[in-house]
Amino acid sequence: MTEAILEVKGLCSGYGPVPVLHDIDLSVPAGTIAAVLGANGAGKTTLLRTLSGLVRPTSGAIRFEGHDLISVPVEKLVHKGISHVPEGRGVVTELTVDENLRLGGLWRKDRADTAKALGEMYEFFEPLARRRDYPGHQLSGGERQMLAVGRALMARPKLMLLDEPSLGLAPKVVSQIMTLLKHLRDTTGLTVLLVEQNVRSALSIADQGVVMSLGRVVVNRDAKDLRDDQGLRHAYLGF
Amino acid sequence: MDRFIFLTTDGLSKGAVYAAFALSLVLIWRAARVVNFAQGAIAVAAAYMAFSITLHTGSYWLGFIASLVGGFILGIVVERTAMRFVGHERPLDAVIVALGVVLVLQAVLGYLYGNEFIGVDSPFSRRVITVGGIDLLSRFDLYVFAAVFLLVAGLGLLFSKTRLGLRMRASAFAPEVSRLLGVNVTRMVTLGWALAAAAGALAAMLILPGDLGLHPNAMDGVFVTAFTGAVIGGLDSPQGAVVGGLTIGLLLNYVTGYLNPLFSADLGSIAVLALLLAVLLVRPGGLFSGVAARQV
Repeated sequence: MTEAILEVKGLCSGYGPVPVLHDIDLSVPAGTIAAVLGANGAGKTTLLRTLSGLVRPTSGAIRFEGHDLISVPVEKLVHKGISHVPEGRGVVTELTVDENLRLGGLWRKDRADTAKALGEMYEFFEPLARRRDYPGHQLSGGERQMLAVGRALMARPKLMLLDEPSLGLAPKVVSQIMTLLKHLRDTTGLTVLLVEQNVRSALSIADQGVVMSLGRVVVNRDAKDLRDDQGLRHAYLGF
Repeated sequence: MDRFIFLTTDGLSKGAVYAAFALSLVLIWRAARVVNFAQGAIAVAAAYMAFSITLHTGSYWLGFIASLVGGFILGIVVERTAMRFVGHERPLDAVIVALGVVLVLQAVLGYLYGNEFIGVDSPFSRRVITVGGIDLLSRFDLYVFAAVFLLVAGLGLLFSKTRLGLRMRASAFAPEVSRLLGVNVTRMVTLGWALAAAAGALAAMLILPGDLGLHPNAMDGVFVTAFTGAVIGGLDSPQGAVVGGLTIGLLLNYVTGYLNPLFSADLGSIAVLALLLAVLLVRPGGLFSGVAARQV
């Protein structure tokens, strides 16, 4: 197994006095997709928000490429190579498609490569190219998700934190997004931490399956085992 | 008819200043979701700086630049030392703190310069130019139009064409997402305050030489009028602020020109309030309010 790009040890966090995450251990090898599964309220979104610093952890350690991540301010995260696509897609609906995409690469010094990335995104996501100058609020759900993912990719991240990309999308669009993630993993070595309620889709591309329940990791297995082991599936995933 | 033309050009000139000031309020509203009640006091303070510089150097333009730079810096100071620490749970908190800033600024200005009105010279003649027997407007009015036009055009270019402008807009609309994309949102908010305070200072420089003169409270009335203009325009919309400001300038001039002599009373403020009521009844969000811009 390759070295872990993201290493989480004993992570606890919550909102004010309300604890949500309890003693989370997690290790994601570089160039793999880890699916974080679980019911509503299991703490999946809080886990991502804690990883990116939007929620402060109360204890524990987060290491990215061997370096402490907790002391890194949210706005510097993307400089380290981490893109977080928040729940609800996070497209800035008042800005146009083009502006949203450019926003993803604004922090970069290498403007030539940023311009190149912009071109790539329009090739990748054809519907976006056709709607370049449309404001975000005129896009369909699927287009918004493409835009959110494309904008994250503008940063050429090493690790992408994806929060429920399938939420509210047609099955066809979901499978397109999953195919894209797999493609990115295989061609660019992108590491993905994928939070999903759509268990089947997530497990279909994931290397590692992490099941959370009530703020704890209850299963951490090869995704293949989770797919194949009926007992596990019944017990934790309900199908 | 001649009178109507003069009232119109003169009203547009006053309206342009209200528009600039309304625009400065909209800038802060968009950047920080705060109605800055201290905007008038900040602008006056900047105008006093200009007054001091002009007094010592004899140059209006050095003073003019000082007012813009001074406003910019004062905006940063007010945001960094006071407004930043106000939470957003209760909108009134920011208003109260801003009013506190007003008291402090006006007290300091009164202490430094005294509480008497100081006449301010205008850089251009205020004598009305007559064309073909019709009173049109003065050189100073032309200067006002040019200055406000440059302000509006400059801000428009900044926000629509530059990387910095894109960052500022994104921070205003979606602060959390912007942070995740590497935008330093707190810095953008500070910059919003700085730009807005500089725009407010410009408005003060354009209106004080005319009717008001320099006094710690000189912009209080302008604040109320311009704020009304901003609300009529929709508070969130720069175009709305410009239209709202110009509309109020015209309305005030027509009412003072035609109705006041008839009723021998000052009906200006009442007319402005009536306009505000009428607009809010028809479009509660203001004329240029976006409809359903945010859906998830």
